[in-house]
Amino acid sequence: MIDFIGKKRWFFFISWILVIIGIVSLVISQIQLGAPLQLGIDFTGGTSMILQFSSKVEQSQLREEMAKLGYEEARIQDAGENNFIIYTREISSDEARELTEKLGTELDSQVEIIDYYLVSGTVAGQTARNAIIAVIIAAVAMLLYIVWAFRRMPKPFRWGTCAVIALVHNVFIIAGIFSFLGWLAGVAIDALFITGLLAVVGYSINNTVVVFDRIRENVLRRIRTDFAETVNDSLTETLGRCLNTALTTIFVLLALFLFGGATIHYFVIVLLLGVIIGTYDSLCFSGQLLVVWEKRQWRELWPFTKRPA
Amino acid sequence: MRKGNVYLLIFILALFGFALWSIVPLDRNIFGREGLRLGLDLKGGTYLVYQADVGDIEPGTEDEIMDGVQGVIGRRIDALGITESIVQVQKREEEYNIVIQLPGITDIEKAKEMVGLFTVLEFREQDAGGNWTAAQGTVNGEALTLTSRYFKDNTYATVDSYGKAYLIFEWNETGAQLSKQITTRLIGKQMAIYLGDEPLKGEDGRIIAPVVQSVIEDKGQIEGLSLVDAQELSRLLNAGRIDVPLGRWADKVFEPSVPLYERTVDATLGQDSIQKSIVAAVIGIVLLVIFMLVYYRLPGLVACLSLGIYGVLLLAIFKLVPITLTLPGVAGFVVSLGMAVDANVLIFERMKEELREGRSLAAAVEAGFNRAWPAIRDSNITTFIACIILIWLGGELGALMVRGFALTLLIGVALSMFTAITVTRTFLRLFIGSRTVTNLTAYGVTPRQIVRNTK
Repeated sequence: MIDFIGKKRWFFFISWILVIIGIVSLVISQIQLGAPLQLGIDFTGGTSMILQFSSKVEQSQLREEMAKLGYEEARIQDAGENNFIIYTREISSDEARELTEKLGTELDSQVEIIDYYLVSGTVAGQTARNAIIAVIIAAVAMLLYIVWAFRRMPKPFRWGTCAVIALVHNVFIIAGIFSFLGWLAGVAIDALFITGLLAVVGYSINNTVVVFDRIRENVLRRIRTDFAETVNDSLTETLGRCLNTALTTIFVLLALFLFGGATIHYFVIVLLLGVIIGTYDSLCFSGQLLVVWEKRQWRELWPFTKRPA
Repeated sequence: MRKGNVYLLIFILALFGFALWSIVPLDRNIFGREGLRLGLDLKGGTYLVYQADVGDIEPGTEDEIMDGVQGVIGRRIDALGITESIVQVQKREEEYNIVIQLPGITDIEKAKEMVGLFTVLEFREQDAGGNWTAAQGTVNGEALTLTSRYFKDNTYATVDSYGKAYLIFEWNETGAQLSKQITTRLIGKQMAIYLGDEPLKGEDGRIIAPVVQSVIEDKGQIEGLSLVDAQELSRLLNAGRIDVPLGRWADKVFEPSVPLYERTVDATLGQDSIQKSIVAAVIGIVLLVIFMLVYYRLPGLVACLSLGIYGVLLLAIFKLVPITLTLPGVAGFVVSLGMAVDANVLIFERMKEELREGRSLAAAVEAGFNRAWPAIRDSNITTFIACIILIWLGGELGALMVRGFALTLLIGVALSMFTAITVTRTFLRLFIGSRTVTNLTAYGVTPRQIVRNTK
């Protein structure tokens, strides 16, 4: 039997560290880039293109040429196989064609635009607003659903709140990681990031519900009188399932990450992170939080307080 | 009970057979069965979104007019021989968007040219200085410019017995009043047709500017054009009969013909993405199958069988509905594979527990299914909620990719509940009923564990 509940202060400690690092990263990003995450063209407007060169081109060369042509602000990502993803201000497809012709002559290579994407600045702001609304609606809907699903428990609202706190905790960690990638490596978030985030929200709640479901069942069977022990039993019993499901999903996602196309690379990373963190949260966070609430051991949440004698 | 199982098995096999029949071959149309529909990121193609300028339209008639616009654009695209195109009107608060998807289009120039025609054509006359200015008239005390929006949609080109080409057209009521005033004023003078600030030109590169020969009221004709020009112009006028200009709003200024969103993907990139996705999916599935076999043994094998059925049924749904498969959609499909296994994992873990408590195989299977059900139901509903929000807000989030992912994941999870419960259970019951495999090691439980747990 693994003592999940006894180690809860350690788990909370890890969660605090991850969330605090995430928030620090969001703040740094806000100061450096003016937004908590590096925003992609879906949220700011602009053009992204995948350029395919016929011969080997260095990213630094390409950056230099782009700057010479007046695109200093362009972000360039190497997508492998002489393909580069370029994010820049709004340029029409005609302008884009002119640009690539010039790049081709300067870099002595045939260039083709194999993916061209333009988003108007006018709708981009709305998209950002909608993305935030989507995440909030999802959180509220999940809360209501869990309160309903656990309505036979004495305090269903607690179960829902714990699951949603765990969800927000996951979202903060993933957002933190991406904001870190944003100001460090120029990785921008797009509409697919939000999609991945919502899928992850669904997945992590899915995991939490499986664990809570087992707790509910064990509470109703009254095998143990102590709630903490009941939760620990439930976590041990669902451990196999949680790890196996995570593993099967990670297998397929890893294959997609390693062998899938470059355009959904970061989308798959969001999903992978979500599965890992979602599994961690359902085994090490949400159940423990429920125990803290039921037992009113609020001091346990803060890892540096002395354990009462 | 056993009879019921046999019937269920027959039903499952029949369904599987039908699904298999309907998905083979995947990429071609045979016997009226369409190929798997691929989105533009897999097939190559263009995606365009425009806002409509409905400022000049009588309030209350917007929906009707936008339906008309949708129809006109749709017919135009069909006329170009582009299949599987999608034209949609999205209403968002007071704004109207037109979404155009042209999968498989390789000639982007042509698509763009066509897009330019979504604006209204304007008739112009020459002023004293020889500059072309809008030809205007007054209707009900209001100064209006004569534009293509007043044409009826029956403009056509014809050739008389001497081989001379004509363009025959008809105005609607307002158009007739305007035309009468303008042509009365312009007899013996030229009129030109403008698209934005560019005059329409004939084959020979000269501006199309017919001389007005008589007063034109409701019906008229243009002569002196080549047949090609006449046909082209009739096509343009019918298309330009769109009642609202399309473009986008930028700071309260309307920019005609500039798209809100534009995405063009080269077919080679799409092909590359398809190959990569297939490789990824195959590797992922192989890993999954190995894991399930090693860890769960016989039930794992059963789960893999039902996963195979799941995959075939899902592809059949994609093909028959049909659902357009995009790259994120493939990701949704792959994730749903992982989640389809989840339901089986839940059930098998329960089964193992029951076996360890010393129950018979048959009882353990039933108890495993019954007791895992609430968890499967509750956990999948949360995924449904996330997917529904994505489908609902997906269009607003801009990228068409969002909906593709959410839709495939939603369908996948729903279907996985069916295969995990019905298919796996039927297979397992039949296996156990036939008593071919009774050794508990095959179910991942060692006898020692049973003794320990039953005390």
